Amino acid sequence: MAARRMSSLLSSRNVSSLASAFSRSSGKGSSYSRGIISRFSTAASAAYEEPITPPVRVSHTQLLINGQFVDAASGKTFPTLDPRTAEVIAHVAEAESEDVDRAVSAARKAFDEGPWPKMTAYERSRIMLRVADLVEKNTDELAALETWDNGKTYEQAIGEVEVLARLFRYYAGWADKIHGLTVPADGPYHVQTLHEPIGVAGQIIPWNFPLLMFAWKVGPALACGNSVVLKTAEQTPLSALYVGNLFLEAGLPPGVLNVISGFGHTAGAALCSHMDVDKLAFTGSTATGKTVLSLAAASNLKPVTLELGGKSPFIVCEDADVDKAVEMAHFALFFNQGQCCCAGSRTFVHERVYDEFLEKAKACALERVVGDPFKKGVEQGPQIDNEQFAKIMKYIKSGVESGATLEAGGERFGSKGFYIQPTVFSGVQDNMLIAQDEIFGPVQSILKYKDLNEVIKRANSTSFGLAAGVFTQNIDVANTLTRALKAGTIYVNCFDVFDAAIPFGGYKQSGQGREKGIYSLNNYLQVKAVVTPLKNPAWL
Amino acid sequence: MAARRLSSFLLFHSLSRSAASSFTSEENKILKRNIQRFSTAAAAEEPIAPPVEINYTKLLINGQFVDSASGKTFPTLDPRTGEVIADVAEGDTEDINRAVSAARKAFDEGPWPRMTPYERSRIMLRFADLVGKHNDHIAALEAWDNGKTYEQAAKAEIPMLVRLFRYYAGWTDKIHGLTVPADGPHHVQTLHEPIGVVGQIIPWNFPLLMFAWKVGPALACGNTIVLKSAEQTPLTALYVANLFQEAGLPPGVLNVVSGYGPTAGAALASHMDVDKLAFTGSTETGKTVLGLAAQSNLKPVTLELGGKSPFIVCEDADITRAVELAHFALFFNQGQCCCAGSRTFVHERVYDEFLQKSKARAMKRVVGDPFKKGVEQGPQIDSEQFEKILGYIKSGKESSATLECGGGRFGSRGYYVQPTVFSNVEDDMLIAKEEIFGPVQSILKFKDQNEVIRRANASKYGLAAGVFTKNINTANTFARALRVGTVWINCFDVFDAAIPFGGYKLSGTGREKGIYSLQNYLQVKAVVTSLNNPAWL
Repeated sequence: MAARRMSSLLSSRNVSSLASAFSRSSGKGSSYSRGIISRFSTAASAAYEEPITPPVRVSHTQLLINGQFVDAASGKTFPTLDPRTAEVIAHVAEAESEDVDRAVSAARKAFDEGPWPKMTAYERSRIMLRVADLVEKNTDELAALETWDNGKTYEQAIGEVEVLARLFRYYAGWADKIHGLTVPADGPYHVQTLHEPIGVAGQIIPWNFPLLMFAWKVGPALACGNSVVLKTAEQTPLSALYVGNLFLEAGLPPGVLNVISGFGHTAGAALCSHMDVDKLAFTGSTATGKTVLSLAAASNLKPVTLELGGKSPFIVCEDADVDKAVEMAHFALFFNQGQCCCAGSRTFVHERVYDEFLEKAKACALERVVGDPFKKGVEQGPQIDNEQFAKIMKYIKSGVESGATLEAGGERFGSKGFYIQPTVFSGVQDNMLIAQDEIFGPVQSILKYKDLNEVIKRANSTSFGLAAGVFTQNIDVANTLTRALKAGTIYVNCFDVFDAAIPFGGYKQSGQGREKGIYSLNNYLQVKAVVTPLKNPAWL
Repeated sequence: MAARRLSSFLLFHSLSRSAASSFTSEENKILKRNIQRFSTAAAAEEPIAPPVEINYTKLLINGQFVDSASGKTFPTLDPRTGEVIADVAEGDTEDINRAVSAARKAFDEGPWPRMTPYERSRIMLRFADLVGKHNDHIAALEAWDNGKTYEQAAKAEIPMLVRLFRYYAGWTDKIHGLTVPADGPHHVQTLHEPIGVVGQIIPWNFPLLMFAWKVGPALACGNTIVLKSAEQTPLTALYVANLFQEAGLPPGVLNVVSGYGPTAGAALASHMDVDKLAFTGSTETGKTVLGLAAQSNLKPVTLELGGKSPFIVCEDADITRAVELAHFALFFNQGQCCCAGSRTFVHERVYDEFLQKSKARAMKRVVGDPFKKGVEQGPQIDSEQFEKILGYIKSGKESSATLECGGGRFGSRGYYVQPTVFSNVEDDMLIAKEEIFGPVQSILKFKDQNEVIRRANASKYGLAAGVFTKNINTANTFARALRVGTVWINCFDVFDAAIPFGGYKLSGTGREKGIYSLQNYLQVKAVVTSLNNPAWL
């Protein structure tokens, strides 16, 4: 089955069309057939309901090191919480420096002595393809685990697991297509370049898309023949351990993929500073990205790929299809509870269509269905944790205080867990905090503009440069904005299209390097030039 | 004239025959003195007056040569004597700010990124022609400021500068993005865009080649530049930058600031309006540079850093040729090469023969005034490097390595060091671990292939390696097993424009030269447009 694309899947207002995704799990999920969906504007009766029991057991909570699930060296654990209730889902082994050392040492051995980089590329691709098959076979469990630990809707999680399988098939296909070059010389020399695996890759992933970030990181690293130590986010350790186990089942040799759960300042820092890690990839906040890069610089100068924050403009021109623009702008911001690094968090609307757009955007937000993410038809679950919840509420307060007009939402949703009402601000000015900082929550900021040069200047005057949306039917306008915007991805009349082949990454403080697509392979390869003299060459 | 390759040029012993033609008769009079072998007392002679004047000592900002904001200058010294060549405007934070602001304006508003690539390539080609026209003048300036031989500068490095700019001129209109297959009704393309204002910090060992490695790809990709030269060698970058203006480069596109690392360099690395940084220098400074970039605006950084490159002589190697290339790999440019073959591993069966011939070759090395015809080795760059190298020689002696020849200062003036060879060097000695950056060859013995692979890789560096063997299996095994950015098989220091250069491990990140170097100066932008009723997907 083809992977559903996230954008079309998730931007569909007609949620019932997703029913088919649910029916497959109907055998286990009588709990899904529960009651009425709550719009956020209705009395938050939904939140008083008991949370639906997730149809999955937590089977892996230890660290995956050298092909074995093991306790942390210290014996310590930490709780991972259900964002719907803040209650403990499971206690998970807490990795620290010593565990990172063990994992790196296993990965080192697997790389230096183990079969992985010495296997044929075809054999590596076969293992990755088997993983994709296994992921698909376990879609429902994986999706349920992801929803439980993260708070994203189960329907969305099903789509993400499909993309996970799609990404691993994509990277499996790259394994035997990594070509070096033969290189023209200025004299009698034979020159070639070898694109070699870089060695032990350390990877640190965030909590907003635990499985997709796993695939963006692990996929290219393995395709290129590296071994991996992956640290998950402390908020969402569960699904990566589950997939880590599927990798073992698929025949991945021990030590090639090590998965450790833990915190940034302990396990994460140890990985960044490790003298025996050859490459680092990090997705997270810009502030942490700077720390990560500094640690890499101060230790062994391992090259670092960074995917960081954003404050992406979403530009609606006067000739745009306003209904579609409203719909996509809503999706661009509210998707995944607003917890996207590329969220379209500055909605610039041309003054001629501003009033119409605003009215419809507000209506759209008011209709957004908030509730238990396991409930059919729910569009928005809780935020990830209390810290994010409090931060978002603070930004909403700041928006009100700075004189922006609160059009919808603005409050907590319900009284339990970390739910927030879909919130829309209009009349937002560039110098307000809500127009400058990454909020990472369901808070849409709508700004008015007059002409193209003005909006280009305003869209670019940010320290971020991750993505941009452009809505217009005019090809000249589309081409002008496409070149002028300083962002790693420009979506024209669409948003959040995340195909495996489309590179993703940031300009400016949104990061360095590109993930996905052909470009992602660069992150996990070293280039070695090999030069040999020629005796009596037939040609040069 | 085709660029001569450094490696073949410099291995050519009878320099006098071919080199004489490039000197004017007046220069010939000056140069017509006797060549001094290192063991003779050449240094007592008066240094030859370089046949060149200094025209540019100010900062080049926004198309104008200007004094530094503070009015301060610093002296650049003649490594032959330690005497002042010229006082040069000293760039500091405020000058960096001015230069970055000029580069910003040239990028955001100026014609450079809006020109057609063909127009950009024409300017770069004109520049290459102008450099060719001024070859001897530039070479004399380079030899004077750096201490490298005039012949090396005139016959190899300046022609290579020309060759590199023609190479990059050819890339300007060949920077392709991709159209990308989609999983649904979307039209996907990637644009490879210039990254913006580029900060570049270059070292003193190859001032003009490093200029070309940095400026060439940055300009080809449509960026603007603030380049900081090394405080030891500020003169040639200013000279050629003026030729760029003559070639028609718009103001502000290339700004050249002379100054020191902790002031001007740090200001550039930390600048919030610089979009990209490229640095060549020591590993220690590279870490600082990357730290500053990380803590300021996260500008991406390319680093070319130190090395301790193995040179492996297998038992089946052509020994005479291996001796010659091992000598060249280490002593070239007074040993001041980041990729110097500074750990000469020799198979035990050929060790004695190799050692005897290497020693003889080093004893024959001609040290003296770099302006003198036939001289192979000039002075080290400055007293700091000179002292550091003598410190390492002392450490080698104390650590029970055998000093085969050299081991001391050459002459009594300037920064000349005798070509020095140590044998019986062990892996754990300082001289086998640290980058000496001077004319000190360390010869180590090995028994078998796996052992030497392990030892060669047991270094924090990974820049380059030399392998000498006639066996294709041995060559292929080494080519894959050595964790370094360049493997030279039966050759060394081949630096063609198209060959990528860069390090594994603490030798750096990224590659310069070749197609790979373009990535350093491009942003990738994915553009995704929705499709209505596509004819195909």
